[in-house]
Amino acid sequence: MKKRVLCILVILLVASPLVLFAGGAQEESGMIKVGIVNLPPEESGYRQANVEAMNSVFSKENGYDAKQTNTGDNTEQIAAAKGYIRDGVDYLLISAANASGWDDTLKSAKDAGIKVILFDRLIDTDKANFQAALVSDMAYEGDMATQWVLSLGLDKINLILIRGQMGSAAEIGRSAAVLKAAGAGKLKIVADGTGGDSWSLEEARKVVEAAIAAGKDFNVIYAQNDGMAQGAVQALEAAGISHGKSGKVKVIGFDFNRFALRNVQAGYWDADMQCNPRQAAEISKWIKSGSLPSGIQYQKELLLTTDTITDELIDQWGINADPGKGVITR
Amino acid sequence: MEPENILKMEGISISFPGVKALDNVAFTLRKGEIHALMGENGAGKSTLVKVITGVYEKDTGNITIDGQPIHFKSPQEAQNSGIGTVYQEITLCPNLTVAENMFIGRGHYSFVHWKHMNEKAAQLLDSLGIPASPGQELSSCSLAVQQMIAIARAVDMDCKILILDEPTSSLDEDEVKKLFVLMGELKARGVGIIFITHFLEQVYEITDRITVLRNGKLIGEYETDSLPQIELISKMMGKALEEISEIEKLAPDASGQCVPVFEASALSSDAGVRPFNFTIQKGEVNGFAGLLGSGRSESARAIFAADKVTGGEVRIKGQRVKIRTPLNAMKRGIGYLPEDRKGDGIIAELSVRDNIILALQVLKGFFKPLSQKQAQDFADEYIKKLNIKTPTADTPIKSLSGGNQQKVILARWLLTHPDYLILDEPTRGIDVGTKVEIQKLVLGLASEGMSLTFISSEIDEMTRTCSRLIVMKDREIVGELTGANLTENDVMHVIAQGGI
Amino acid sequence: MNMQKVMTRMSHLVLPISVLLLLIIINLIKGADYFSITVVKGALYGNIPNILFGASELVILTIGMTLVTAASQGQDISIGVSATITSAIFVLFVINAAEVTLVTIIAGFLISCVAGLLIGAFNGILVSIFKVQPMVATLILFTGGRSIAFMIDGKLSPILANDISNQIGTVIPGVPIQTPIILTVVFIIITAWVLKTTNLRLYAQSVGINPSAARLNGINPKKIIFLTFLIMGVCTAVAGFIAVNKAGRHDSVNLLKLIMMDAILAVAIGGNSLSGGKFSITGSIIGAYTIEMLNRTLLRLEVEPEAIKAFKAVFIIILMVVSSPVVRDFTRKIMDRVRTLGLIDGVLKRHAPETAAVSSPGSIKRKEE
Repeated sequence: MKKRVLCILVILLVASPLVLFAGGAQEESGMIKVGIVNLPPEESGYRQANVEAMNSVFSKENGYDAKQTNTGDNTEQIAAAKGYIRDGVDYLLISAANASGWDDTLKSAKDAGIKVILFDRLIDTDKANFQAALVSDMAYEGDMATQWVLSLGLDKINLILIRGQMGSAAEIGRSAAVLKAAGAGKLKIVADGTGGDSWSLEEARKVVEAAIAAGKDFNVIYAQNDGMAQGAVQALEAAGISHGKSGKVKVIGFDFNRFALRNVQAGYWDADMQCNPRQAAEISKWIKSGSLPSGIQYQKELLLTTDTITDELIDQWGINADPGKGVITR
Repeated sequence: MEPENILKMEGISISFPGVKALDNVAFTLRKGEIHALMGENGAGKSTLVKVITGVYEKDTGNITIDGQPIHFKSPQEAQNSGIGTVYQEITLCPNLTVAENMFIGRGHYSFVHWKHMNEKAAQLLDSLGIPASPGQELSSCSLAVQQMIAIARAVDMDCKILILDEPTSSLDEDEVKKLFVLMGELKARGVGIIFITHFLEQVYEITDRITVLRNGKLIGEYETDSLPQIELISKMMGKALEEISEIEKLAPDASGQCVPVFEASALSSDAGVRPFNFTIQKGEVNGFAGLLGSGRSESARAIFAADKVTGGEVRIKGQRVKIRTPLNAMKRGIGYLPEDRKGDGIIAELSVRDNIILALQVLKGFFKPLSQKQAQDFADEYIKKLNIKTPTADTPIKSLSGGNQQKVILARWLLTHPDYLILDEPTRGIDVGTKVEIQKLVLGLASEGMSLTFISSEIDEMTRTCSRLIVMKDREIVGELTGANLTENDVMHVIAQGGI
Repeated sequence: MNMQKVMTRMSHLVLPISVLLLLIIINLIKGADYFSITVVKGALYGNIPNILFGASELVILTIGMTLVTAASQGQDISIGVSATITSAIFVLFVINAAEVTLVTIIAGFLISCVAGLLIGAFNGILVSIFKVQPMVATLILFTGGRSIAFMIDGKLSPILANDISNQIGTVIPGVPIQTPIILTVVFIIITAWVLKTTNLRLYAQSVGINPSAARLNGINPKKIIFLTFLIMGVCTAVAGFIAVNKAGRHDSVNLLKLIMMDAILAVAIGGNSLSGGKFSITGSIIGAYTIEMLNRTLLRLEVEPEAIKAFKAVFIIILMVVSSPVVRDFTRKIMDRVRTLGLIDGVLKRHAPETAAVSSPGSIKRKEE
């Protein structure tokens, strides 16, 4: 343990200047120069996977001379972007902390002939200010998940909807299809709650407990992230309500945490919808092929069920720690 | 010719749940007079003032101002009718300027014209002879000047009646003089002043008439000149004269043979007191005399390590010890009743019981709390012993009168059975009766073998209780008085000579 | 007289208890079976166990918050983050152990307690020695702490998949009460015991009300403030331990996020002044359960998820206004009037004016003025 703490310290102190130094010193011809402006990995497991993918794809072995800045501060991000523009990078990849305030920076990149590719997060700006954007389509994720619910072949669908932070892009997108289906009478939302600003496991648990206390009859839980799905299932467990593959209540989560995928694999839950943080490979493909798409591009994302899930998929697409095959996270 | 009454109150009664605070009280105030309102704590002085100023509504009775019957529903109304009030605690804002303090928050100045305001303030300060400039920050003025500014603020609101509630209790003699000059000025202008104070000397120095209250009842209205001081005291206390005449000095003079209970040499603290030597014998009562700021409190604090001790040597019963914190001092059998009761003494929100047991509890240690019963017994014992007037031991100390709060702090230290007790201004701001009680108690304790240091700004109080006075000036000991030399005059002389 | 004494002593609990009662009434209107308890898988199940279960971390943190508030006259806003760090250390220890036994768990817990003490010492030194405002001092960990936890987690969100953890987070077979509830009760009992066998209450209150007077009575205010932060550190370690075992994995981003808001609120609802001094831990604990119940009541009333925050805010504003000194004074005046009437009545009947006169607490203050 001591070692790890020491490691962390060493990494913190040494790594950043070293990387910069190395990048500056070994400027080789033939390399594609890329500047990446990203959020810090400690923001979430999702961001960690995202940053990791950026690091491994835009590496020297793959022919890139890449520099990355990770900060949650929009002004620092803009300053970093301007630095990369001055350095004369070929491509500028941005995942912005704040959706606004980028117009000037993007324009100067354009004037310098630098191709700007937004990833994971969009920026409120004119389409002409960037070349392409690769993001997850939250509405698509909601559509896929709702389709799965409707395809379960249940007599009637009584669903508990557990939303994320109200008003966030993910919440709006992932709620849309369900609300539409409910409006069309294809399913019934018997309880509509939220895990609050922190997409909280505890809050999700309370939403389900309240529904149980109110004597609601329900057979689907649609939780907009894995932690909330976990909280919902904890409530079912405590109340002695069966769930999962052979149970009464069908459970779907979002985000592809490996623990969630293992739960699906074990039949403890029923499905999980991906939100893919790994845009790096696709962007690299665009760059290598020489034909960049223009405008907003959406990633293809997976929905895995107890039937379709495999170890390989968990390994390849999951994020965060893997509890191991057959281990249920309650 | 009958003098003109500006304020006339008749048959005033007011009751609070369970208590008749004022019972058929009458009071008159003439134009251009200074009228002392006297009485012990709880006599009804403050209640009467609050009826005048519209804080309380009277149950029965009539009030007329300039012959017009009035009936205030709020302090604002009273203020608008020309009644200004200045309280003991200064209620101004220390970080605003003098002029701002004088004008801000007053109806017709809601849109402040800074220049105009400063000019007007300068005029007013000048006319009243207050040594302050309008642009100066209030906190940079002395307490007396602050008090005067509070008065100026009240006066400027065209006041006919000015109520001064204990304005002098935090002022030194010089400052009191200045205040009195101002009061004389206002009197000459025809303002009627109601003056509440515990300082009898001041009453005789400046007032024209005296009204005495006791237990909510009117005892009488007197011309100051025709009421001897001793009679005034007896009317306030409701006791026969002989009971309160000169306290017999019980304390033995210190005999030089035995080992001193406490001995300090070249003691100094970061509060700025010069290194001083000091000893006290068993059963001795001595005192530090001197003007405010002379170092008398700082010396006491140095002994108790209330300020950071910076040097010197301390012996207790001949043994050399280190006293670096108040706890050290307490463990060595020293107790200290601080000068600032509110700031350093009471734990306002805690009960009388907790306040009484605090020091003993700390001495016993963090892991040895007294049982509820023990605590209650101790509290009850000392409430009875010191005659502390409190409804129950559970009552928060802040709702007790000043004198009773002081008794609680005394009880706190007596409970620890100290060998040596330092009392810094134990009688400040409390009524005559309690003062006498405390003085008697001090002498009683000394006769039981306790050593005490008694500090007071009323020198006559010290000459009555102490057998030895250490006179201080400019943070230095300038002399020592014992025996026949222990008079107020001698103290003055020593202070005056020390200045040469 | 004795009854009245009890009443005065309990007066600070009037607010939290009446709020709790109000919530219970609302819930009973919504469904008469509110108090019903069934047995599911050998454990008690129902609304009450759910509330007790859900509020456990909050209750424990509220105890620490009450003490810190009392002595330091300010609040520790880093508690959620601190609990995240201590629990990260616990998880790190457990998942690196060759075999997870009860001893591993206890050892891990004790190590996380040490971490909690260190965090408490850090905050405590800033507040007591460097005299930094508590909120500012704890802001440091509040902003940076989750990154530290993330690093300890090895940039992942590690899973705590072992039977003992599961039993700590849910129920131990054969025990009819959920483990977090038991742990909370044990913690409350320990707190009560500490308050009974030490002078913590007297010292903390004295320091919070008048540090200068406390010092002159031999109490070292710095030590006491530091001590309350150490206790807070232990509280965060225990809360983190319960939270992470409940969750079954360590989510450094969201674990106990924003719980300091609820903890501060619980202290306030408990009738405690946020500027320190006198405190009632009983009040704070009731306050914590009240907040938990409020959250659940809003869900039970099926308030729209968009409006849930606004509803909570309105409720809290009403609560704070009702408990404000202004309104309290007003009610006291009315109560005095009512009591006077009752008193006159009593005098006429019993001819016992003296005892009755003294026992009316409202009158004392005025009389002494």
